[in-house]
Amino acid sequence: MSIVTVQLGQCGNQVGQELFEVISNDANDTQRKVYSECSSERFFNETANRELVARSVLIDMEPKVISQSIAKTAKSGKWRYGDRSHFSQKQGSGNNWANGYCVHGPRHEEVVMDIVRREVEHCDCLAGIVAMMSVAGGTGSGVGTYVTQCLRDAYPNSFILNHLTWPYGTGEVIVQNYNSVLTLSHLYQLSDAILVHENDTVHKICAQLMNIKHISFRDVNKVIAHQLGSVLQPALTGDSHGIYNRNPIGELMSSLVCHPEYKLLSVCNIPQVSSSSMAYSMFTWPGLLKHLRQMLIANSKMEEGIDWQVRAPSLQPEGIKRTGSHRRPGFNTSLANLLILRGKDVNNAEISGFQHPSLYTPWLPADEAFSMWKTPVPFNKYEKSAILVSNSQTLLRPLDNMVGKAWNMFASRAYIHQYTKFGISEEDFLDSFTSLEQVISSYSQL
Amino acid sequence: MTQSVVVQVGQCGNQVGCRFWDLALREHSHVNKKGIYDEALSSFFRNVDSRRGVGGSCDITGGRIQSLKARAVLVDMEEGVVNEILQGPLRELFDSTQLITDVSGSGNNWAVGHWTYGSAYREQIVDQLRRAAEHCDCLQCFFLIHSMGGGTGSGLGTCVLKLLEEEFPEVCRIVTSVYPSAEDDVVTSPYNSVLAMRELTEHADCVLPVENQSLVDIVNKIKHMSHSGKPGSVIKKDSAIISGQGGVSGAEKPFDAMNNIVANLLLNITSSARFEGSLNMDLNEIAMNLVPFPRLHYLVPSLTPLYTLADVNIPTRRLDQMFTDAFSKDHQLIRADPKHSLYLACALMVRGNVQVSDLRRNIERLKPMLPFVSWNQEGWKTGLCSVPPVGHSHSLLALANNTCVKSTFMELRDRFTKLYRKKAHMHHYLHVDGMEQGCFTEAISSLSSLIEEYSQLDATKDRLMPDAARLNIAT
Repeated sequence: MSIVTVQLGQCGNQVGQELFEVISNDANDTQRKVYSECSSERFFNETANRELVARSVLIDMEPKVISQSIAKTAKSGKWRYGDRSHFSQKQGSGNNWANGYCVHGPRHEEVVMDIVRREVEHCDCLAGIVAMMSVAGGTGSGVGTYVTQCLRDAYPNSFILNHLTWPYGTGEVIVQNYNSVLTLSHLYQLSDAILVHENDTVHKICAQLMNIKHISFRDVNKVIAHQLGSVLQPALTGDSHGIYNRNPIGELMSSLVCHPEYKLLSVCNIPQVSSSSMAYSMFTWPGLLKHLRQMLIANSKMEEGIDWQVRAPSLQPEGIKRTGSHRRPGFNTSLANLLILRGKDVNNAEISGFQHPSLYTPWLPADEAFSMWKTPVPFNKYEKSAILVSNSQTLLRPLDNMVGKAWNMFASRAYIHQYTKFGISEEDFLDSFTSLEQVISSYSQL
Repeated sequence: MTQSVVVQVGQCGNQVGCRFWDLALREHSHVNKKGIYDEALSSFFRNVDSRRGVGGSCDITGGRIQSLKARAVLVDMEEGVVNEILQGPLRELFDSTQLITDVSGSGNNWAVGHWTYGSAYREQIVDQLRRAAEHCDCLQCFFLIHSMGGGTGSGLGTCVLKLLEEEFPEVCRIVTSVYPSAEDDVVTSPYNSVLAMRELTEHADCVLPVENQSLVDIVNKIKHMSHSGKPGSVIKKDSAIISGQGGVSGAEKPFDAMNNIVANLLLNITSSARFEGSLNMDLNEIAMNLVPFPRLHYLVPSLTPLYTLADVNIPTRRLDQMFTDAFSKDHQLIRADPKHSLYLACALMVRGNVQVSDLRRNIERLKPMLPFVSWNQEGWKTGLCSVPPVGHSHSLLALANNTCVKSTFMELRDRFTKLYRKKAHMHHYLHVDGMEQGCFTEAISSLSSLIEEYSQLDATKDRLMPDAARLNIAT
């Protein structure tokens, strides 16, 4: 089964390219033939002359990023993008969601969906669509939302996973909070699941774990690609009897998104070290899993600086309903978790720490809340890696901050005229705020 | 890549425009060593085969540069300045059709410029604008350059602004307006300026106000520096923002030094649209991010560094110093101190060898000292262009939407009122067809309400504004 990715805007295209790099390197690296073939089939289309063409559609409203991507991959010779799989215009969306959603999206709908259709037809069997974009700008966010809507209409029975990059909190674009609020509220209705990476978090990983001195966007994108790749590469699910899972996105959805009110997913991947330290590092499953579990409950995204004081609440005896007062401060309650283990000796890993009911919200039985995939094939040169895809309160604080700042700005109606002139009204804004407050409220009450 | 068209109106507008084209050529020739007509050049220049006749549709894309034509429309109601251009070294840049002139000038009378010439030349102007737009693959922005104090630039210039809005509503309009100093020798400049202000407030997307006095101060500062004779104070010849060295034109004319500053402003604001960089900032993003309310679109520009020292043994000014300077009073192009007023939004356009981490570090450092409005505490828009300006390794243009413009407008209002109270010179205006008393009252009222809007924002400055109450969700 194959996955088609749709790369939208500058960020979507840059991260997308790094993702295919990671996947192609990982698949080539390994001795395991079945794994490589499965990965290849999933992400690439092999042409008559044995070339690997990424199952990807590249969309942007200005040409520079896409041309650079295509040129770079053509030069590398390992894989390339399809010749007619991209679409760009001359003038960007000006950081304006309304411009992207109301003007560019509809204007280019036919051409874009044509390209998507062609790419989908190249797949023997479609496992799902992954749309990649940022939320701060105008194209990724606005056009991306519109395209997601079109995808939902055209493929009502397929799984759609949106991968979002959230901007630095201190701002890259002044209206980023507006663009983010509009994107998230719309995607919540359209998407099956929303997997989020935050620039701030990834930046810290680059700085503290990987020791990069002058961090560039390329470094950030590589980390995101590594994490996303580790989720999407082939793995064996619990009942698959040695055959790589044919329906990864579907499985991801059914494990993690059991309720339409809770769609926000985050990823933790350990270990993450600089390539120079990799040769000197030794990891054990108990060590990795202990750190990962604490990262989950203390809401930390890195192996360093974890707050070990945060502990899971003790369980009440059966029959006594747990109320909000049991929640310890700083404790991150999960709705569902998916643990993916890749590498040596996976079968010996002890994962019961993740199955304890105290980690989860009371209204879902713990054995339904936890799932695990594994593969003995190491990922991207890491002898052992543990990945946690989590539907939990992790994104609650960043989401709340984003909505709070946007709301403050909205209260003075600043910049609203820039949106109304393209067709987004104050009512639309209010609707978006209302939906996100609902999401925040739902997650707060986990 | 997108294109922009420059519309220069009046004596000042054309003189500044002239300096702009000269310095633009200098900048591109610095970067474009092979003489290929590339995307960057195409943003302001067309490449034509001049053998094939005048003003024709013989644009050549790509390939070697044959003959460059500026994407410009030059308008002046007297011939002196435009004729000088046509006889000077830049004459090849302009087709005769791009020039619209008359002989008698506007007599420093806004009404004559706006109403009399406005209606007489309307069709011709629209024609030329359309033609310039047609030569563009993707027209993104019109740059209007004019002065506020005179008759043509101020009156006809604002009429052109209205035309641009009518004919090309989707194209961004960025106006560079030169405001008169208090000691301006044109008696009626307050009238002209206030009448023009109303048009700017209504019809422009962004205005970059520039005050003559600030330009004079900067010129003096640089001259003082280079003549001070202190060791190590020799300035690299082509690096000062007042210098036209290395350009096509020969000897410096009066006002050239001041006009070069404005020309450099325009070059820097368009640098990210023309050249590549790790964080591009397009022109439409400037209006989007810096204009929170439609009428409050006056962006105070400041340029650093003003010059580079010639002696390479002196350690180059630290990068951080450049950022600090951008917020100092001396570097602003109007007489105002933004640090002591309220910021609504700020854009930093960096050129040259500067990384994201440098940018973020300096923003963190400067943020505590700069008062930002409560709903835009992180109101920074940043752009990184890898190509530095001629003579520098890096430079910074800051555009601040700041309430300090209020003081400039209040002074203008005072000067206007002094004349208006006595009805001095008004008959010259009221005689003109199309002009009425109402124009004056509407103009001053528009200016007053603009000042009032800034005042209201200012009032929030030192108060701790509570966060707006969030929506309550029924659970």
